[in-house]
Amino acid sequence: MNKEWTHLRELESESIYIFREVVAQFRNPVLLYSIGKDSSVLVHLARKAFYPGPLPFPLLHVDTGYKFPEMIKFRDEFAKSIGARLIVHRNEDAIAAGAHPLKLGVARCCGQLKTAALLHALEKYQFDAAMGGARREEERSRAKERVFSLRDAFGQWDPRRQRPELWNLYSGAIHEGESMRVFPLSNWTERDIWQYILQEKIPVVPLYFAKERPVVERGGTLIPADNALHLKDGEKPQMMSVRFRTLGCAPCTGAVASCAASLEDIVAEAGAAKISERSTRIIDHGSNTMEDKKREGYF
Amino acid sequence: MSINVLRFTTAGNVDDGKSTLIGRLLVETEGAFEDQIEGARRENERRGGKGIDFSLLTDGLKAEREQGITIDVAYRYFATPKRKFIIADAPGHEQYTRNLVTSASTSDLAVILVDARNGMVTQSRRHAFIAYLLGIRHFIVAINKMDLVEFKREAYDAIRMDFIDFIERLGGADVYCIPISALEGDLVTEPSPRMSWYNGPKLLELLESIEVDDHQSERPFRFPVQLVSRPPGQEFADFRGYMGRVASGSVRVGDAVVVLPSGARTTVTGIVTQDGRLDEAFSRQSVTLLLADDLDISRGDLISSETSLPAARTEFKATLCWMNERKLRLNHRYVLRHTTKSVRCIINEIDYRLDVNTLDRESPVTELQTNDIGQVRIKTLQPIVCDPYDANRQTGGFILLDETNDTVAAGMIQG
Ligand SMILES: Nc1nc2c(ncn2[C@@H]2O[C@H](COP(=O)(O)OP(=O)(O)OP(=O)(O)O)[C@@H](O)[C@H]2O)c(=O)[nH]1
Repeated sequence: MNKEWTHLRELESESIYIFREVVAQFRNPVLLYSIGKDSSVLVHLARKAFYPGPLPFPLLHVDTGYKFPEMIKFRDEFAKSIGARLIVHRNEDAIAAGAHPLKLGVARCCGQLKTAALLHALEKYQFDAAMGGARREEERSRAKERVFSLRDAFGQWDPRRQRPELWNLYSGAIHEGESMRVFPLSNWTERDIWQYILQEKIPVVPLYFAKERPVVERGGTLIPADNALHLKDGEKPQMMSVRFRTLGCAPCTGAVASCAASLEDIVAEAGAAKISERSTRIIDHGSNTMEDKKREGYF
Repeated sequence: MSINVLRFTTAGNVDDGKSTLIGRLLVETEGAFEDQIEGARRENERRGGKGIDFSLLTDGLKAEREQGITIDVAYRYFATPKRKFIIADAPGHEQYTRNLVTSASTSDLAVILVDARNGMVTQSRRHAFIAYLLGIRHFIVAINKMDLVEFKREAYDAIRMDFIDFIERLGGADVYCIPISALEGDLVTEPSPRMSWYNGPKLLELLESIEVDDHQSERPFRFPVQLVSRPPGQEFADFRGYMGRVASGSVRVGDAVVVLPSGARTTVTGIVTQDGRLDEAFSRQSVTLLLADDLDISRGDLISSETSLPAARTEFKATLCWMNERKLRLNHRYVLRHTTKSVRCIINEIDYRLDVNTLDRESPVTELQTNDIGQVRIKTLQPIVCDPYDANRQTGGFILLDETNDTVAAGMIQG
């Protein structure tokens, strides 16, 4: 018998199977690369799936212009080091018009810089399957998400049209204009992700590790304050040892107070985490829930 | 960190306390986070309730929350130092059969909730039967609401006898019965001084320790080919690998294998992974196989052990669970997806429909509709390489798609 068969091997093997199903069933798939830890794991698994061959699809990063500089640097070095084809897509019109969460509100800003940009990129490059790092554990409305999640010709998600998924038979059958979102990490939890990063020595953006950083507290969330543009009048930055559990846009990603400066520390912290990581994303808090976002075409 | 995964499904009649039980398991193993628990508390209070309603933690989509019903399979996760758990939660109500068939298809164990006050009811039998039909051979019967029967042993004993008797009639399986109170927490993760007559494990202890590996690795080797790997570049000029996930059994370098449906024989010369070459690959492992001969092999073919070959069939009997509002149409063309293969097929006969409550066979019947289970005869245009579902869930299960691309049925091939 196979004694080494740990939960991480099982998850890894399942994800590899899913990647191969995508490449077998779709004409023009793409991997949505968001630079975060889940994306790092996603790319790592994709490379394992097609070894010794190259990645059979490009990486797509939807850049809002508000990503942390550390993220952009990491992205470019990482893509280069693995020889991946990287497509960066931005909603230039909205960026030129000065879209900002403090001006438009978080929901509208995300709608323009992320959702619209993503749908536009999928359309422009004619991708028929987009693989992302979302996990079912992350958020309540994701608990029922399929591994192969169907989107109509407008990129929208209709709960009633999702297909039952039996055994490991993932059906990629689509009609002209429709597309699929695929979630190879569906069954992973935040804890699994960190354990796997540690086990496989996967590089991640340094922002995940605790360090003294300037922050301001806003509505119970610690907001990074390196950039004065993202501050409201009267907000005064203070230095604190913080790290990020998820990485989004600088003005909207909260940090958590933490001293976890190594992967081992983070694994211990993720094991003991009492607050879901999504709570540090400001997009999830408003009345516009993740479910509404999903219907509109957000991940 | 050497823990494994248990995938289980939960089934229970409406109001038997399934959501309460899952909510409690998540909270007590810290599979739910404080902000999610707080959300459930606030929502409960908004509705005029008090404290945390554990069941609100597991309710999913908005529309369902508003109507107060759950209508689709939801996946939940928790872990202990011993195991990682994946719950495929199949909610009750009218879509029951379809949901339970879906959730059971990926599970190795079923937790069936029974209300201690009501005993084994028709629905409990139906749940057990569907889980059994989908190949589950490990059952935990959680006899819930023991607080409402004064924690008395009689209710437990009666349900236990009934359940074991029912499973025996289906063909026998591994059955554990635990008396619990999901609401008050007895024997879920905590002991129960109020049920000192019960000496067995608590529910969580049982989930952590139960052995569900039904010797999948000792079965004949089956390897459905997903893709052929022919990397570019001079160094790979002779590289031709077959990518897939071992569906059952194991394979070693040097083993003789047969490629089906062609029947060509060859030998395994290498097992490639990014983490290095392996001597042996086991069931569930995703690998790339190298073979001695240059054969014409593509997606949909199956590499098998030399002995105990699967059958290549174009006509077979199958148990179908119909999942779509559009009824089964006899002699209509469907697409059948089985392992990594897609073929056209027709259903030319319905032998009978099963009454899932009484297990009676109804015939003649001319149609199956949503949530119906029946035995049919299928003809495919090309052969599929398969085993009977009873012998192998991975190579015995299939789905049917109609022209809208909807998955309209789940099927299990009979021997
Ligand atoms: N007294 C008592 N009540 C319980 C117990 N478990 C659950 N209940 C109550 O039974 C009712 C139904 O519980 P749920 O957990 O919502 O039932 P369910 O089976 O998940 O029902 P659906 O989600 O509608 O399928 C609720 O009012 C619970 O508080 C128990 O052990 N004892």
